[in-house]
Amino acid sequence: MLVSTKWLKEYVNTQDLPPVELGEKITRAGIEVDAVIDRSEGLANLVVGYVTECAKHPEADKLSICQVDVGGGEIDQIICGAPNIAQGQSVIVARPGAKLPGGMKIKKAKLRGEVSNGMICSLQELGIETKLVPKSYAEGIYVLPEKAEPGTDVLSYLDLDDTVLELGLTPNRADAMSMLGVAYEVGAILEEEVSLPEIEYAEAADSAESMLSLEVDAPEANPLYVAKVVRNVKVKESPLWLQQRLMAAGVRPHNNVVDVTNYILMEYGQPLHAFDYDSLGTGNITVRQAKEGEKITTLDDTERTLSAHQLVITNGTDPVALAGVMGGANSEVSDETTTVVIESAYFASDSIRRTSKDHNLRSDASSRYEKGVDPNRVIPAAERAAQLLSELAEGEVLAGSLIFDQLDKQERVVKVSPDFINSRLGMKIRLEDMLDILSRLKFNTEAVNNQLIIEVPTRRQDIQIEEDVVEEIARLYGYDEIPATLPRTDATPGGLSPYQAKRRIARHFLEGAGLLQATTYSLTSEAAATQFALEPTETTRLLMPMSEERSILRQSLLPHLLESLSYNTARRIDSAALYETGSVFLKGQDELLDEQEHLAIVMTGLWLDHSWQGEKKAVDFFVAKGIVEGLAEKLGLELSFERGEMDGLHPGRTAFILLDGKRIGVIGALHPSEQKKRDLKETIVMELNLATLLTRETEALVYTQVSRYPTISRDVALVLSNIVEAQTIEGVIRKAGGKLLKDVRVFDLYEGDRMDEGKKSLAFSLRYFDPEKTLTDEEVNAAHEKIIKALTESGAELR
Amino acid sequence: MEARLQELKNEALEKIQAAQTVKELTDVRVAYLGKKGPITDVLKGMGKLPAEERPKMGALANEVRAEVTESLEVRMVLLEEQAINEKLQSETIDISLPGRPAKTGNPHPLTRVVEEIEDLFLSMGYEIAEGPEVEKDYYNFEALNLPKGHPARDMQDSFYITEDILLRTHTSPVQARTMEAKGGEPIKIICPGKVYRRDNDDATHSHQFTQIEGLVVGEDIRMSDLKGTLSVFAKKMFGEDREIRLRPSFFPFTEPSVEMDISCFKCGGSGCNVCKKTGWIEILGAGMVHPNVLEMAGYDSKRLTGFAFGMGPERIAMLKYGIEDIRHFYTNDVRFLTQFQRTEL
Repeated sequence: MLVSTKWLKEYVNTQDLPPVELGEKITRAGIEVDAVIDRSEGLANLVVGYVTECAKHPEADKLSICQVDVGGGEIDQIICGAPNIAQGQSVIVARPGAKLPGGMKIKKAKLRGEVSNGMICSLQELGIETKLVPKSYAEGIYVLPEKAEPGTDVLSYLDLDDTVLELGLTPNRADAMSMLGVAYEVGAILEEEVSLPEIEYAEAADSAESMLSLEVDAPEANPLYVAKVVRNVKVKESPLWLQQRLMAAGVRPHNNVVDVTNYILMEYGQPLHAFDYDSLGTGNITVRQAKEGEKITTLDDTERTLSAHQLVITNGTDPVALAGVMGGANSEVSDETTTVVIESAYFASDSIRRTSKDHNLRSDASSRYEKGVDPNRVIPAAERAAQLLSELAEGEVLAGSLIFDQLDKQERVVKVSPDFINSRLGMKIRLEDMLDILSRLKFNTEAVNNQLIIEVPTRRQDIQIEEDVVEEIARLYGYDEIPATLPRTDATPGGLSPYQAKRRIARHFLEGAGLLQATTYSLTSEAAATQFALEPTETTRLLMPMSEERSILRQSLLPHLLESLSYNTARRIDSAALYETGSVFLKGQDELLDEQEHLAIVMTGLWLDHSWQGEKKAVDFFVAKGIVEGLAEKLGLELSFERGEMDGLHPGRTAFILLDGKRIGVIGALHPSEQKKRDLKETIVMELNLATLLTRETEALVYTQVSRYPTISRDVALVLSNIVEAQTIEGVIRKAGGKLLKDVRVFDLYEGDRMDEGKKSLAFSLRYFDPEKTLTDEEVNAAHEKIIKALTESGAELR
Repeated sequence: MEARLQELKNEALEKIQAAQTVKELTDVRVAYLGKKGPITDVLKGMGKLPAEERPKMGALANEVRAEVTESLEVRMVLLEEQAINEKLQSETIDISLPGRPAKTGNPHPLTRVVEEIEDLFLSMGYEIAEGPEVEKDYYNFEALNLPKGHPARDMQDSFYITEDILLRTHTSPVQARTMEAKGGEPIKIICPGKVYRRDNDDATHSHQFTQIEGLVVGEDIRMSDLKGTLSVFAKKMFGEDREIRLRPSFFPFTEPSVEMDISCFKCGGSGCNVCKKTGWIEILGAGMVHPNVLEMAGYDSKRLTGFAFGMGPERIAMLKYGIEDIRHFYTNDVRFLTQFQRTEL
């Protein structure tokens, strides 16, 4: 909502407050002033000029040489390039020394050999947006509608000596979508009275009913409809003051009839519509639900197909307006119009909202109806229109109105006790202060038996319950006056749940291990949604995505994390190691999705880079595996790994991660073709179901006594077929090792030239230990022999 | 023989002094005191001496041996020390060379902000509540006093999956769910999480972002308690000398509703580019829980009241660290992420 402070003064005394200060007061009381716009900013030395002569420039087709009376008996020659310049016009002249927005300064100049003492201005050159400039002046200079005294200062003549407050209205404050509404708000803040427009006009002897009949067949959606008939109107340009007020309010002037309806929309917040009486052709207005498939061409020249739930205004047969949203082209007021029908109506907000949404068509009218207009302004707005049309269009207002009225216009009563207000606020506001605030708001209030009985004006539809009154009192009393206290509730222990605490532990572990935490989007493309998914399900698509790239919910974190890696490597950051925790979204049994919290890791480039000491290590499978194993250990869990395959991963370098034999994750090297596609070098990925890890209860930690007895080591080197996995051999060793075997560790792997084809050498270090005594060589040898025997039986050769 | 011993002694002592390294000195010892050395030879020849001379010569020989040995030891200590010094000298390193970097990662800046806020409220006895990101329209809107067709639904253009299921547009549904689950009991929670809105991504908008909300429900919870709680938060989060101000606002789920500004942490209130010359920075929205919201969750709104507040960690991080583009949080540029390593304490 744009509020001209100059216009506002017509309804309420703003105490000559500087606009910025007024804006601050309004903001602090509850309606945020987003901007304070000085309409005269950058403008200086502009005067009214009168074009006494206008001739073609001999050297240039498009230029005119004008002699302009600029006041004080001075006639200046000004060259003008506008196509609509003509003798006898009153125009805006920027004289030499004048300033225009954007820092432009006007100087005396020569154009194709002719002297030009300034410039004749368009409205755009004065800083007014093109979309607000009347169409007839959009391509040229602005011609003042009435002859004005040459030399008059343009700023005050055009009401540009004005400041506009831009209000950022919350949906509850529909009342402030009108100048009168803002006047009531400002009146309450500044403790000033509001003066309403005085409506007086002469009526013709003939009655409106003699020309028009009205029928409303949809009283639910349209409980109140008022029509007035004005005849012999002269459709023409509106007077300057009206055009300027509309432009200040962000509305483009058209002609006096349309401008009057828009003016009242801004003044009262009540949308009006003007029909060309003769185009209606039937002398009838019928409001009804549309017929399914019925068509109307609206004022924006769009043909729209209607549905039965939409409300239309008809001439008894055909639609002439999409009720409350936009008029029809077939009944539009034109320059030839002589009789107009003014419509002022109350349309139910949900009907308008639905229609406006169906057609993706929002107008100043629909946005007000959607939020609810004041039932008690419908009739006055129609009267105001009649008055202005008789004043500005020389119209003859027919006596009376056609009215269909089933609308409840009763004021709502809210009862609230002062104690309730104070207990909600934690304050001690006195009764008389409350009464004072309510009277400033123009809420009729009675205080009876420690109870405030408040009649809420219908313009304030947002005040419905006691708490609404609490807010009204508090905001005008001042939020600064509220003390700062803390809840007087019992002390609560608070704290993280075990899941949340373990998630933090996991995160800190991963960061300690050298990974950067990343965050990526949950929405992705169809193709990426299930790539790398552990248990892909049917995908979940948005009804109305913004783009295909963000249309499906992800089932794996890896595709976006890999995108992040590519983003970095494309910027020559060759080494990166990222992790993310976040939800993946699977189709489940429930109507909601099965959301699982996952952990994913991606790494590429160098894991270790300490080149000057010759230490450099590229990421590999085992770096990632070590991190996962470390994380499991931190969480008191034991994971196992089994060889596996997954699309997009290297078939020989992929493993599933298992917890208690159940697959919970995958780890592997990115497939070379996938690397190429993503422009990545050797890249390792890992993803697991973090929720499974974190929901697992861990055993209590009990200390084991540190033994006084030493451990004894024995090594064993084996030659094996190179398809045999270390964990298989480790299994054989552990099984045969008995209770003295404490620990098994791979310490060497050799697969080089010195081995036979298809063979590898794997060496283990075994540690034996007895917590009760020092082991003898004999005891160790006996245990070790059993292991060697088991190994050779399993096909391993001793090296 | 006596002269020979004296001669040997002088010779040995001379060579001891001449030895420059531990090795040379060891050679001297072997040469003179070894089993095949000349002193041993002399002593072997004692058998040929008359019996009465033998004790005297024996004593003399021992004397010579002792003297040489002592000299050797003294010299040895010296040379060893010298050798160590030389070794140390040769082992000198360039201490200005860079150290072997310890692997360290760090949290995402949003996590950093969220965790800081979480910890602050945890210390005030709050619990952390979480909920699904794909949510029922009921919890996201209806239970929060936003019935179907409510004008404020304009404010939250949402990603729907079906008519009744959508990506949550705020973390408030977690509040509704928690209240429903608590069955009328007092509540003190904060709810962090990801939320989604139908916005085009640009420098200040993101279709996915994070929120953190708080909810306190109990007997006699007043608006002054909200103000006090927010004031503690502002001071802990943005500095002890922060002031707060509340401005009336509107949210369908609270009444009264407020927006909270803090005095600018950059200029202290005198006006700068961070606060757009106003001295104040808008940080969060809050209010007293709307009685409809309490009633819908099964609370007696006459007996229990509450307050709620909500803020955007992106906005806080952007203000706090001077980040100019919200998209940085989701592109994961390593040059961006690694900047949030160090502590500010």
